[in-house]
Amino acid sequence: MDIPILKLSMLKKYFPYKKGSFVKAVDGVSLEIFRGETLGLVGESGSGKSTVAYTIVGMYEPTKGQILYNDQDISSLYKFRSNEIKGKIRIVFQDPNSSLNPRRTIRQILFTPLKLHKNDRYKGFPASPEALLEEVGLSSIYAYRFSRSLSGGERQLVAIAHAIATNPDLVLLDEPTSALDVSIQAKVINRLMDLQNRYKLSYLFITHDLSLMRNVAHRVAIMYLGKICEIARTKEFFEKPLHPYTQMLLSSIPVVTDEEEQLKPKKITSRGEIPSPVNIPPGCSFHLRCPFATDQCKKLDPDMKELEAHHYVRCHLY
Amino acid sequence: MNDKRCDNFGSFSDKTRRAWYRLSKNKLSVVGFVGVVVIVLAAIFAPFIAPYPTHAGKVVDFLNANQPPSLAHLCGTDPMGRDVFSRIIFALRSTLLMGVVVLSISVPFGTTMGLIAGYFQGSLIDSLITRLTDIFLAVPPLILALSVAALLKPNLMNAMLAITITWWTWYARLAYGMAVTLNREYYVRSAQLLGASWMHIIFKEMLPNCLSPILTKMTLDMGIVIMTAAALSFVGLGEQPPTPALGTMISDGAKYMPTQWWLTVFPALAIMIIVLSFNLLGDGFRDLFSTEEKQ
Ligand SMILES: Nc1ncnc2c1ncn2[C@@H]1O[C@H](COP(=O)(O)OP(=O)(O)O)[C@@H](O)[C@H]1O
Ligand code: SF4
Ligand SMILES: [Mg+2]
Repeated sequence: MDIPILKLSMLKKYFPYKKGSFVKAVDGVSLEIFRGETLGLVGESGSGKSTVAYTIVGMYEPTKGQILYNDQDISSLYKFRSNEIKGKIRIVFQDPNSSLNPRRTIRQILFTPLKLHKNDRYKGFPASPEALLEEVGLSSIYAYRFSRSLSGGERQLVAIAHAIATNPDLVLLDEPTSALDVSIQAKVINRLMDLQNRYKLSYLFITHDLSLMRNVAHRVAIMYLGKICEIARTKEFFEKPLHPYTQMLLSSIPVVTDEEEQLKPKKITSRGEIPSPVNIPPGCSFHLRCPFATDQCKKLDPDMKELEAHHYVRCHLY
Repeated sequence: MNDKRCDNFGSFSDKTRRAWYRLSKNKLSVVGFVGVVVIVLAAIFAPFIAPYPTHAGKVVDFLNANQPPSLAHLCGTDPMGRDVFSRIIFALRSTLLMGVVVLSISVPFGTTMGLIAGYFQGSLIDSLITRLTDIFLAVPPLILALSVAALLKPNLMNAMLAITITWWTWYARLAYGMAVTLNREYYVRSAQLLGASWMHIIFKEMLPNCLSPILTKMTLDMGIVIMTAAALSFVGLGEQPPTPALGTMISDGAKYMPTQWWLTVFPALAIMIIVLSFNLLGDGFRDLFSTEEKQ
């Protein structure tokens, strides 16, 4: 494969906590995102997905590790990044109510990225708020409204228009549909995939809803307590999940077809809840909940192994 | 997605109409609103409303001196024979001017300082501005205004300057608190990530979200500024004679209490009505904005 648009290597983000201890929100994440690709980042709430995204866009400074954009090191706060990088990596936040200013019209909101990144766009890219609205399938009449008079799905589409306004390479989608009704979700996702094809966008699609990834992601990464457990191409991922945590997640999602039912791993009962990222268990962080845990798992944290082409797993079983 | 929805929804004129409707349901704020309008109009058209417009100046008419209230002189006359009612109407001018000038300087300045400090929370500029406002806020505004006015030549300009210097800090404090909250909003972070300047974030993203509480506080403050101004002129640090000022009229009239009570009572009543009107209107705004917030 060609060089990735974005590469994270051993990215760590610790937040200071009481008396010298840390919240290890992200604890050594390595992954790559290629041009035009959707990488699904899936994990339970609190596993550090948003922190990964916020660190990539520079809202947080990495505690350790590197963020490479087109082989260029950008592991710093947004303040220290060039304007061009700011326009090339964009983020859509989870809650569209908070990401749109309630006192500015949609037109004013969309005009800001257009004005600030005039030179980063090629000819023919939508250059007005109205054109951007039409790009995401909204009527240009919405330009003179306030976000308050839009539905949740429409607001999220405006947030997406805001993100693509700078002609980005990579858009980080932090649970872009989890605040929306199920009926609206599909509309927003179709629009995202449409935009991806048209502008060769790469997505980091963050979600806690694994079933959503089947039709959306090219590859899927599973995150647990700040670490990646498994990364694989979507087809392989659903056909041959290897990590016990992945199997546990897959066994509990609803399926649509018989074929999917057959692929579904046997019900793996998990024990306990997700531990706090302040007190990550030693060894494999999943061992308290894993039915296959051995003594080795309690002491030694497994390394990431490439078991098959592009299928990485971090588990002592393999 | 849904184009059928009424296009006017959320538009400006529609919003003002609804706001006015809700404001008008609160009887007391209507009283305040009417009071403010009447006071402002009276100040503007003082020469046409005052029965003896020349009495605002250096007129002496000893024949009519010290008259109690009558139909010819609604609020009586002073020891120089000047019509008190006419002088009150003219005094509204300097009184309102004082409030308007003080607020139109101290509010933008204070708000900007507060937003800057709040946006750069934890930085050097934040501690500088916060220290400064803390010092000002530790001294009661009237005392501070009195000492500033006493240091300078006593006139309307310096009285306004004195009050302005003490007043901006309240708005700095108010805006600071709001900026600190707004810092956490995702639209502010989103603007930062885009590379927007601090000016853009403060004036375009934050300020529009601070206007309602600031407008409310301004209306409520108008009354307090006017009282402070009256207090300054009461001790001779405001507008100088012969131009009428409500505070001066009260302090001058106090010497003739209680026999010539009208010299003090009517100007005092005027101050009360002005302060009350602005406060009622301000309360109306506050209720209006807090219900708007809830929706
Ligand atoms: N700014 C922060 N300060 C301290 N702790 C944080 C901060 N942001 C996130 N965390 C903690 O890091 C962990 C991961 O959070 P997050 O990245 O939001 O997870 P997710 O998006 O997967 O739900 C959580 O335990 C959360 O409490
Ligand atoms: S390393 Fe051990 S505890 Fe961890 S997932 Fe694999 S088998 Fe389970
Ligand atoms: Mg999250």
